[in-house]
Amino acid sequence: MREVAVVGFAQTPCVRETDGTTNGVEMLVPIFHEVLGGLGLTKSDIGFWCSGSSDYLAGRAFSFVSAVDAIGAFPPIMESHVEMDAAWALYEAWVKLLCGEVDTALVYGFGKSSAGQLRRVMAMQLDPYVVTPLWPDSLGLAGIQARMGIESGLWDERSMASVAVRSRAAALSNPLAQLSGRFGVDELLAADYVADPLRRHDCAPITDGAATIVLAAGDRARELCERPAWITGFEHRTDSPSFGTRDLTTSPSAVAAGKAAGAEDVEVAELHAPFTHQEILLRQALGLGDDVVVNPSGGVLAGNPMFAAGLARIGEAARRVHDGSASRVLGHATSGPLLQQNLVCVMEGRQ
Amino acid sequence: MGFDYTRSTGPTLGRFLSDLRRRRVTGIRGSDGRVHVPPLEYDPVTAQRLSEFVDVAATGAVRGWSWIPEPLEGQPLARPFAWALIQLDGADTSLLHAVDAGSPDRMATGTRVRARWRGERVGAITDIECFEISDEPADPPAEADDVTMVTTPVHLRYTHSASPTEDPFLRGLMEGRLIAQRCPVCEKVYFPPRPACPTDGVPTTDRVELGDRGTVTTFCVVNVPFLGQRIPPPYVSAYVLLDGADIPFLHLLLGVAPADVRMGMRVEAVWKPREEWGPSMQNIDHFRPSGEPDAPFDSYSRHL
Repeated sequence: MREVAVVGFAQTPCVRETDGTTNGVEMLVPIFHEVLGGLGLTKSDIGFWCSGSSDYLAGRAFSFVSAVDAIGAFPPIMESHVEMDAAWALYEAWVKLLCGEVDTALVYGFGKSSAGQLRRVMAMQLDPYVVTPLWPDSLGLAGIQARMGIESGLWDERSMASVAVRSRAAALSNPLAQLSGRFGVDELLAADYVADPLRRHDCAPITDGAATIVLAAGDRARELCERPAWITGFEHRTDSPSFGTRDLTTSPSAVAAGKAAGAEDVEVAELHAPFTHQEILLRQALGLGDDVVVNPSGGVLAGNPMFAAGLARIGEAARRVHDGSASRVLGHATSGPLLQQNLVCVMEGRQ
Repeated sequence: MGFDYTRSTGPTLGRFLSDLRRRRVTGIRGSDGRVHVPPLEYDPVTAQRLSEFVDVAATGAVRGWSWIPEPLEGQPLARPFAWALIQLDGADTSLLHAVDAGSPDRMATGTRVRARWRGERVGAITDIECFEISDEPADPPAEADDVTMVTTPVHLRYTHSASPTEDPFLRGLMEGRLIAQRCPVCEKVYFPPRPACPTDGVPTTDRVELGDRGTVTTFCVVNVPFLGQRIPPPYVSAYVLLDGADIPFLHLLLGVAPADVRMGMRVEAVWKPREEWGPSMQNIDHFRPSGEPDAPFDSYSRHL
């Protein structure tokens, strides 16, 4: 079996609103230059391109096709797209490399959430017959899940606020973060509810942004990167979209993806948890102990570019391997309502 | 932006939605014996096709809830309400709906609720207006025809910002000027401009002003009426390559019989009256033949 590694990662600053188009081109051009330039590559060195984005978020048809302008796709390139977080595009590219079809791939995700009303746009991912017509908003649904966990004794509003406090403090060292700072739990708990039992700090902010990762196989990875983040486990699983049938206080798909990918013994985990209680839930589902450093970047509570944030979790985790500060790390991404779909990527550095 | 999604229901959801119209709620028995409401077509664990419908009550208990102090467009209630997962009596799983509780103080897990049926029912989840806190039974069933289709209107609002390359283009249009961008690498001229050159992947930074004459590179005669059509057919949609541009754009060609339009035909813009101008390509009402001799094929063959 071929070995594949994350060799490069770049992301835009996470900001509340950008002035570019919803095609993402203005956000993507600089990070393509950054990631390719950092590796000494040009577009012609990339064997496969794959992206994640959503036309519902962009408010225009085939926005992912317009985004290809950012690549400069001439002569023609091999390219694909998923209408999911780009972490799933990374999975597609990883399979392509494992098959030996190409030696390098560039994966990117982008989202300009500020163009629309994100809480309503997210209703588009729900069952179109019996759920979407009610226009449930993403915060309201997450609030139901949070309360079920509180009433089951799995977390409480204090432990949820602690997650936000830790995320924002960690984000002080992340110059690309949207939200950062030193806060106290009591200070955060003094705020009003936005979707009782959720307060603003429990919810990831609305963010415009993009991220990109370069994958390479075998010797090509060793040429490009002093310390590649070798992918040792990469799995995704899904639960029923009918969330009324699920036990919302856990996530069987996260448990299964973590087990299959080998989530044990990691030093750092970047978790895609858009709500504070979901970080606690995911730590339990993935069996991450207190010794695991969770979301040293601040995570998505510090900046949540839709369709890029999951990919950025894997990139942030890989970065700890690249810089030598960790040797076994985990990146997680989620998609669908209430942690319905989960993806786990475990990476290792080698001497 | 809006679209009315029209979907066929199939036998399982069709039964559920038809019954809602009759003020009845129907679930389905899963492989493990649990009764699912709304009914599932396939079991969420075994993936077996499910077929045993089970009547359940329009009353039940709240299993989880959140409170929405500021409802959004399209939601069941315009005043503050609770989203709740409601386990109806006779069901084992929960249905999402709104509860008109008035205050979060009246909501708790276990709270008894009943469906508030809409007067005009069409066979949709919104036939239940919302749930209300009550120990009493809901209104009794009524006769109604089956439904096999559902229409879900989706309306979303977007604010599209003009990008740095679109900005001079749109401002130019307001003054009756046509501003294109040139790629600094391949020197191709794009009109309308694009944020990045699709060949080189670099921002198109150089501005170029173009005239309003060009060449028809290709065209089609529209004979088919369609939703939203603004001109009665037949009419000609033509790709116009402005002199000095490298990419043609689609516009309307009038002032010539469809049978006389040809590739290479020289055309000129006909502008709307100045007082109607805005930041839009519609400032050009249409193109018409300029009377010049046709352009030779070689002059536009690379721009088809």
